[in-house]
Amino acid sequence: MIALDPMLEGDVLWTPLLIVVLKVLVVFVVGLVATMLMVWFERKVIAGMQNRIGPNKAGPFGLLQTLADGIKLFFKEDLLPRRSDKFVFALAPFLSLVPAFLAFAIIPLGGDYRDGNDGVVTWFGVETRVQLADPHIGVLFALAISSIAVYGIMLAGWSSGSKYPLLGSVRASAQMVSYEAALGLSLASVILISGTLSTSGIVAAQSTLTDWHVVATGIVPFIIFLIAATAELNRPPFDLVEAEQELVGGFNTEYSSIRFALFFLAEFMNTVTMSALIVTLFFGGPQPISYGGITLDIPLIPNGLEGTIWLLGKVLVFLYVYVWFRATLPRLRYDQLMDLGWKVLIPGSLAWFMLLAAQRLARNEGWNVFTTTAAAVVVLGACYALLQGAFAISNKTREREGAQF
Amino acid sequence: MGYLGGFLVTFRQHGRKNRVTTQYSGGRLFKRKKRSASAMDVKVEKPERLHGRHVLNRYEDGMEKCIGCELCAAVCPAKCIHVRGADNDPDNPTSPGERFGWIYEINYLRCIHCDLCVEACPTEAITETKLFEFSFTNRKDAIYTKNELLVGDDGKPRHMPWEDWRPGEDQHTSAWMRATASAGDASFVGVVSWAGERGYGVRAAEATQAEADSSADASITSDGTTSSSAQTKSSVTH
Repeated sequence: MIALDPMLEGDVLWTPLLIVVLKVLVVFVVGLVATMLMVWFERKVIAGMQNRIGPNKAGPFGLLQTLADGIKLFFKEDLLPRRSDKFVFALAPFLSLVPAFLAFAIIPLGGDYRDGNDGVVTWFGVETRVQLADPHIGVLFALAISSIAVYGIMLAGWSSGSKYPLLGSVRASAQMVSYEAALGLSLASVILISGTLSTSGIVAAQSTLTDWHVVATGIVPFIIFLIAATAELNRPPFDLVEAEQELVGGFNTEYSSIRFALFFLAEFMNTVTMSALIVTLFFGGPQPISYGGITLDIPLIPNGLEGTIWLLGKVLVFLYVYVWFRATLPRLRYDQLMDLGWKVLIPGSLAWFMLLAAQRLARNEGWNVFTTTAAAVVVLGACYALLQGAFAISNKTREREGAQF
Repeated sequence: MGYLGGFLVTFRQHGRKNRVTTQYSGGRLFKRKKRSASAMDVKVEKPERLHGRHVLNRYEDGMEKCIGCELCAAVCPAKCIHVRGADNDPDNPTSPGERFGWIYEINYLRCIHCDLCVEACPTEAITETKLFEFSFTNRKDAIYTKNELLVGDDGKPRHMPWEDWRPGEDQHTSAWMRATASAGDASFVGVVSWAGERGYGVRAAEATQAEADSSADASITSDGTTSSSAQTKSSVTH
């Protein structure tokens, strides 16, 4: 609990406390505004990809469309289904919303990380970081929080007292729990390379382009993380939880008015947070692009502020990628989704993690790195063969005995 | 490219001009520029055979084509047409022949624009324009009387205040009819077999199916409309 932030070491004074309050406020407002703009961005980009115009009436370029929709939802009738569990039904949207905002707290939103600086800035004579909290368990916190977000969706479906939401929530819990494993395992590779769990530490470890974890861990953990994160966010092509064609609206079928808006908000907030997390873990967060001693520097802007601009640019790329996924890929079938999660992503990320660990061990112990890598690849190949054998046998058994679910 | 080819397909759509949605009036931009709705709204070219609001046509000498036979009312599946015929005054006839349409009402709250009335009409008195944007605010306006349906002295449809007429919407009325004979016989395709209309004269026949097929599929609509409007002009000058 102590020393979540360098400025909270020692006695707690008024100025640091005020700065923390200010940060909380800013993160909350930034989260809300980012969500609002994300909804607009998504609608606009997907409209462009589908040869449509998209929202363009409310405000300049339709920017205020989300605000208008939000206001409308506020004044809609709030329905409470008769067969619902009233307390849980009312609680679920908040269980979904609060983690979405909490996860945003550990993202480094700026600061000067270049030339070996560790991102500490001085505000009003107090040293602090441009992030709400920098716990030592930073990344684990993000994982824990994103797991808690499952409860919101699960309880929403369960408490609705209706069939389709229940199916949606069953899907949600299965999907999110299984992809959580792949998410954590690909994250382990990053932690192995950077040697720290704290997000600011991870960012500080990625000072040049070759140090960016997307390069340093090989590209595989990043790809697995991206896919697993998409599934974790329930975004297309993994949006089976709210598959309109199959489940009416999925877990939020019975929700209306502002309760529905909260789910909607949480979903888009999670997208923004997850993009920021990907950037932090694999693309150097607020670090500028730097290679071989040459750093792309934006002139006239202090380095601390520049970090925010870099982060924003990188996050935008991933937000675009998520919208791109949605516009391009059709939804997976449920068994395909589970196959991808359990048979490809989890073994894949585990194998890659073992490979990196073997290399790291070889370097630490002074063994020959190439021989160790080759040995590791052989072992992993044997594991792959065993796994395929197991799949083949189970498939055969299933064919013989008939599918029993 | 395999699986990733799809990403290129969606990415390429950015900035394309062939959008499926068009601009419409309303909103902040529209208010600031103070432009009229018709200037702001971009409308997609209407298909030649679109079924819209009806008109009752007249002959070139001003006589009404309707003979009050009530076949349209009989065939109407929505039962939205109410017709009562009456005997013509021999000294001052309304239509050539014995009878004329005395009462003619169409209830547009019921009409499904199936065009069966047009098909049934033995004199091509009733045809459909391309107008479909007419939202009335009370039920009385929804029932079009004979006066409202009948074309004016210039042969053009009358414009109600709530109707959003665009240029060309009164042309190509019930194009299918021009493609086939009144008997519906395929051998009459492309043959003009109907009397002239006030304001338009004898309208040109629609292009036959063979001609439509031979022209490039992309330019069917634009070519079709330009050529037939040119034909309309020439037929007016005849």
